[in-house]
Amino acid sequence: MAHSAPKVADNAAPAEAIRKALGADLIELIDAHGELAVHVAGKDLLGCMVALRDSCEYQQLMEIAGVDWPDRDPRFEVVYCLLSVTKNHRIRVHVATNEDQPVPSVTGIWPVAGWLEREVFDMYGVLFEGNADLRRILTDYGFQGHPQRKDFPLSGHVELRYSEEHKRVMYQPVTLTQDFRNFDFMSPWEGADYVLPEADKGEAK
Amino acid sequence: MTPELSPTTGDETIQNYTINFGPQHPAAHGVLRLVMELDGEIVERLDPHVGLLHRGTEKLIEYKTYAQALPYFDRLDYCSPLGMEYSYVLACEKLLNLEVPLRGQYLRVLFAELTRICNHMLNLGSHVMDVGAMTPNLWMFELREDCLNFFERASGARMHSAWFRVGGVHQDVPLKLLTDIGDWVDGRLPELFADAISLVADNRIFKQRNVDIAVVSKEDALKWGFSGPMIRAAGIPWDIRKSQPYDVYDRVEFDIPVGTKGDCYDRFMVRVAEVYQSARIIKQCLRDMPEGPVASEDRKVVPPKRAEMKTDMESLIHHFKLYTEGFHVPAGSVYVATESPKGEFGVYLVSDGTNKPYRCKIRPTAFSHLQAMDMMSRGHMLADTTAILGAMDIVFGECDR
Repeated sequence: MAHSAPKVADNAAPAEAIRKALGADLIELIDAHGELAVHVAGKDLLGCMVALRDSCEYQQLMEIAGVDWPDRDPRFEVVYCLLSVTKNHRIRVHVATNEDQPVPSVTGIWPVAGWLEREVFDMYGVLFEGNADLRRILTDYGFQGHPQRKDFPLSGHVELRYSEEHKRVMYQPVTLTQDFRNFDFMSPWEGADYVLPEADKGEAK
Repeated sequence: MTPELSPTTGDETIQNYTINFGPQHPAAHGVLRLVMELDGEIVERLDPHVGLLHRGTEKLIEYKTYAQALPYFDRLDYCSPLGMEYSYVLACEKLLNLEVPLRGQYLRVLFAELTRICNHMLNLGSHVMDVGAMTPNLWMFELREDCLNFFERASGARMHSAWFRVGGVHQDVPLKLLTDIGDWVDGRLPELFADAISLVADNRIFKQRNVDIAVVSKEDALKWGFSGPMIRAAGIPWDIRKSQPYDVYDRVEFDIPVGTKGDCYDRFMVRVAEVYQSARIIKQCLRDMPEGPVASEDRKVVPPKRAEMKTDMESLIHHFKLYTEGFHVPAGSVYVATESPKGEFGVYLVSDGTNKPYRCKIRPTAFSHLQAMDMMSRGHMLADTTAILGAMDIVFGECDR
């Protein structure tokens, strides 16, 4: 380990405890980049979270992140970042879901989830079943669409301006003076791997 | 919610009324709209509306290379810019598994602690001003100004430094800057800061406004995702710098101040104590910092010096490639959290192996703290909400992203 990112407790013991606590509900446990990622199904989420909090001592829910994978089915991934202040360890719990397939809300386990789930709903349109207050949170009142989705344009669909005629600010469709440009930097002949000739020779021996 | 007879006419009923606090209010610390339901002057329910400063940072980052994404972090919590950059560069380094030279690590810790002092000066000052004291704020702004001058001398920018880099820091600092920081930490900072705090810490009015206001228990602090000074004031000695050390935090000595009651006064005093601990860390960094490179020598990530670029063909190619295409980060995802001045500031970085982040979720500290505001304010007076908000240390650039 060359990097100097935060050093947490070793992964081996928590991984064993998680396997034991979740049993058959655990789909996959991935240990990559020094972090544990627990994959579970949406229907088992609540039971798993209670088990993780009570028997594995992950007392704090720090973050819920949504990720959009348009090529995958189900399309969205909801990532819960848990922290144990007693065992000094962090894990992530991944749940895959669709637009029309709600994820059970964990607000009953951690009240902090209320806003975090609202944000994922706002940004991705993922529904959380059991969240009593699933309103938009970061976008404007009356906003349409879910801006963090990969198919939502960076410039958005509408822009705000003050109308002298109506004496108020109002929305109008976005006008770009120049087409939106998004350059592809991936070298077609080199690829992203940067395979050096020396490395090839080394493997041949 | 009990309707009562109007004292004047006798037949109308007065019910709870709803008022709007903000979005433009000096005590709202930015753009916060609080919809409050009041029974007389008692807060019955409180609904914070956030997002008025939402700029789509996370979306913008997905369209920028890893190096271009860095300055966005300065603009999140604009009161402690380097604390924001820290989580991001560490997340990239974790994915790249990149080693940072020791001097680079010491410089980052030194300036992160200077940022902490800078942030606490603003927060402590505005907190005392929210509850009615004026002078300490002016004095602490003097100290904040000193910090900003140090940032300017290191990076060229007073606030939005953009000085940390994946692999180290952008430039080495002049020796005179380090000696000046040393003199400041030994002289002006403790003197002026102690003077300013002595005006409020034992002041009767200040205590009446803060002691026993918004008491948060340990259990609540854990459930509501508190971190930083907020969780420490509740009595849990949790500090990421100590328990999950990054860079050279495991080589420096410092204590974790902890509150006893979990009220606004504790939160204030925890921050006061943290300023002295940060000064201690700064002194140790200045004492122990070795000579050497300030950024990794891995030319596939860190660009070469300009002088090398002018004379060496390979450096020129590296320079060109890094400033056009940028570096590629191996596929994978990490969640890296550091102890920013306000609490746990995390970055969940998903890379797909290209030169741009696939997803960069920013975990702001203010989001979970502000959410608990309803729970903390219930049953308190309207005037207490400013004290509660001041003791939370909220900056909307970070909360709304």
